[in-house]
Amino acid sequence: MGQESFKWFPLLVVSLFHTSVRCSSVEQKIYVELNSTVPCVRLLNATHQIGCQSSISGDTGVLHVLETEADLDWILSTGPHPPYMVVMEAAFFTRSTMVKMKNSSRVAGVAVIKSNTGPTEGFSPHTSCPNQNTGVYTEHYGPELANCNNTVWNPLGNGLSYEDFAFPIFSLKDDNQTQVIRKCYEDHNMRMNGSAPQYPLCAMQLFSHMHAVTDTVTCMRRTDLQNSFSINPEKLCDPLSDFNVWTSIRPLNNSIKGHKENESVVIAAARLDGRSFFWDIAPSAEGTVSSIVTLLAAAQALYPVALEAPPQRNIFFTFFQGEAFDYIGSSRMVYDMENSKFVIDLDNVHSLLEIGQIGLRNGQSLWMHSDPVSRKNTTVNKQVANLVANIKSVASSLNLSLNEPSATQALPPSSFQRFLRVRPVPGLVLADHQASFTNRYYESLYDTATYLNVTYPSDLSPEQQLEYETEAAKSLTQVATLVARSIYKQAGGEDRFLNNITADTKTVAKLLYGFLIMSNNSWFSSLLPPEALGRGSILESSPPQYYIGLRLDNTVKSVTRFVQFILANMTGTVTKLNQSQCQNPKDVPGESKDLYSYSWVSGPVSVNGTTDPYCVRSSVHLSKALSPAFELTDYGSREYSTWTESRWKTIRARIFLVASPQLEMMTLGVGVAVLLVSLVVTYFISSKAELLFSATREPPNTTY
Amino acid sequence: MTAAVFFGCTFIAFGPAAALFLLTIARDPLRVIFLIAGAFFWLVSLLLSSLVWFITVQMSNKNSAAQQKGLLIFGVVLSVLLQEVFRFAYYKLLKKANEGLLAISQEDTMPISIRQLSYVSGLGFGFMSGAFSVVNILSDSVGPGTVGIHGDSQHYFISSAFMTLAIILLHMFWAVVFFEACERQKWWSLGTVVLSHLLVSCLTFVNPQYEGSLIPTYIILSVMAGWAFSCAGGTLRNLKLCLTCKDKDFLLANHRPR
Repeated sequence: MGQESFKWFPLLVVSLFHTSVRCSSVEQKIYVELNSTVPCVRLLNATHQIGCQSSISGDTGVLHVLETEADLDWILSTGPHPPYMVVMEAAFFTRSTMVKMKNSSRVAGVAVIKSNTGPTEGFSPHTSCPNQNTGVYTEHYGPELANCNNTVWNPLGNGLSYEDFAFPIFSLKDDNQTQVIRKCYEDHNMRMNGSAPQYPLCAMQLFSHMHAVTDTVTCMRRTDLQNSFSINPEKLCDPLSDFNVWTSIRPLNNSIKGHKENESVVIAAARLDGRSFFWDIAPSAEGTVSSIVTLLAAAQALYPVALEAPPQRNIFFTFFQGEAFDYIGSSRMVYDMENSKFVIDLDNVHSLLEIGQIGLRNGQSLWMHSDPVSRKNTTVNKQVANLVANIKSVASSLNLSLNEPSATQALPPSSFQRFLRVRPVPGLVLADHQASFTNRYYESLYDTATYLNVTYPSDLSPEQQLEYETEAAKSLTQVATLVARSIYKQAGGEDRFLNNITADTKTVAKLLYGFLIMSNNSWFSSLLPPEALGRGSILESSPPQYYIGLRLDNTVKSVTRFVQFILANMTGTVTKLNQSQCQNPKDVPGESKDLYSYSWVSGPVSVNGTTDPYCVRSSVHLSKALSPAFELTDYGSREYSTWTESRWKTIRARIFLVASPQLEMMTLGVGVAVLLVSLVVTYFISSKAELLFSATREPPNTTY
Repeated sequence: MTAAVFFGCTFIAFGPAAALFLLTIARDPLRVIFLIAGAFFWLVSLLLSSLVWFITVQMSNKNSAAQQKGLLIFGVVLSVLLQEVFRFAYYKLLKKANEGLLAISQEDTMPISIRQLSYVSGLGFGFMSGAFSVVNILSDSVGPGTVGIHGDSQHYFISSAFMTLAIILLHMFWAVVFFEACERQKWWSLGTVVLSHLLVSCLTFVNPQYEGSLIPTYIILSVMAGWAFSCAGGTLRNLKLCLTCKDKDFLLANHRPR
């Protein structure tokens, strides 16, 4: 005690002092950090880079709010304080404005203020011919249909997402933070009577430095070099990847890959992803969610009848991930099928029905798209016509009108095109558009629930909204019933059981709520395993976003998990296994890990907050959706998707005032002058020191 | 703001002190040692006063602005008093050290006089005080922004730099007067030094009215400069002779064998 404790005490207090000291308050006087910023990031493929890039120490520019054409002239030519950081309303975010800014050296960056609804004339930053190089139409196969010569699928597409910008572009929500920015602009940067504003001016700095450049080949080569030679390898980019979800009505032995004898399979497919101009934002209501919800509801409707009265052929439900980026998921599944790495192969595939965008039907007819080139073969044509007839007969009993577009029209961009590249599989794509998309906001951030008319009366609580059946839900339920019955009939099921197959509007309503409004609801949380809830919960109080993203530590994307467990709930059975048996059912008699997958799910939350987990046995599996180009390490592949996303260190934004360069130079001048004067005066004084300080008579034995 | 402002403010704040160090202290290792020891003493006094302030702040009501302001004033006064106490402690230490140095040195004369020691220790105090005043401000001046988005004055950096310049020089002058007062037992001089230190520190509460704090500080600086000059042995006559370059004749006339 005593001395020792006394020595420790100051140390302890000093360390306490250190930990509770705030960070620099001078910095707080200067900068206002903007939180919740959404950047546009760099993506690379075999030949190009797209997206935005800032310099490594951020791009700074004087703020200017773009509200009129005169503002655009000010920014691009007449303003006296370039470079400018442009803050624009969403209405100005058009191709013409952005291309002008791209070509100007006076723009340091752009911040787009998002509005809740898109411009009425439509806005799509995607290309007008999606996935034109990796579809089925090439100069060797249907050249008159290649590159959208025949039909432009996305006529509103301005291709902004595929441009390469040398400055950062961020998206801001229209909230208090944006008010701060506007106030700063109004206080300091507004022009008074046509004359230029005076320093100090309000400025903004955006940081979004991307590590990868040029294209995937360069980036992966550099990453491989880093991995081989560096002690602390720095990865520059990662391939876009996630997982496809698939399930079959009759379980298949997943441990044995390749051709399955006597298996003939009808595939029902939908896509799982979308994108927009900005990173990780992709509400994709019409583009993706409509097809996911329909296929899930169809699976639920079909499953009990298919168990009771099994059809002749097996039925495969599959959800492809990454279709927006040159068909990552479907190209991988087809590749695996070709190389006997998948549970079935292409010889087992009988036909395919894909659900495209079907949310904007508005009571009108649905369209069945097919590929005219493969139909030139009479066998294929007969099979497709048979499929069409099956669907039409089902539709007539449901009072739905269905039509085929003109016989020479191409197949719209769809996963089915990747199957056709390899083999002329008979198949159809079901959509709500005859020729070009009805979706005016294809792959943009305005393709939201509101666009799909999924809106709820404001006085409902979240749980009430979960159960509320909107018009959109009713419309999609009809389509789901159509799909389920058509698949059953196509798989050789008997007509007398068709009327038992009906999709449930309640389920569709709950699915729409979970996928479009809020994923953190009681139904979703009852279907997920306990480790997906709790602290690192994948459920959020906002709609899920459908951008494929990266799998940095082999986790599965949240949407993929939702689809996986919802499908497991709908097509699986509850077993009495306990948790350890569920995780490893090898020793349990009657259970097979080859045929089924077992998941331990939470179950509904009871009134006192506890859950009663149970084990679900289903045939739902995940299969890797990584482009074959990365398996073959052919990074410059023209066959397969080569999309990668760059890595970055910081993404942030802040606003502050900047002083005039003249004032800064003056400060430097004053400093140098003070230094020089002080050097001269000190030299003068020190050389004359004996004289100056000689008044007192020190004793002779003192030195100076 | 940018590198220009950073260098400008650094030169303003530390220019004279650096010039003094380079031209008068750097060549003599003994002076360097005493300068660093002086800086250390100031640092210890700051540590003690910040400890006391920190403890009182933790015990106080964090939400009451008036109380926090009162605590800040208390902290400043306490810090000034502690600095002066440590200056006195350093003086005592130096007296002891000088005797010891004389005992072990081979020569008959003291290697360094008390007057030089006062100048060196004052500069040491000044360096450390200036560093703590201005270094964190300088590190923020490197960024692209300047103070003002919340309505503060734009002249924050340059005013801080000038204030630091004044404080460094003031510490030097105070030390000279202080040590002289301790040698001659002139307690009222000592009291005046402490009071003027208190005055300068409390003037900073007038900020952001930078004229209100800088102008009086510079007036006090000139008064203290004159006082220290006369304590150090300078007279107006010497100064006039120096400036009119009549020194050569004067030196010859007053030449004494060494």
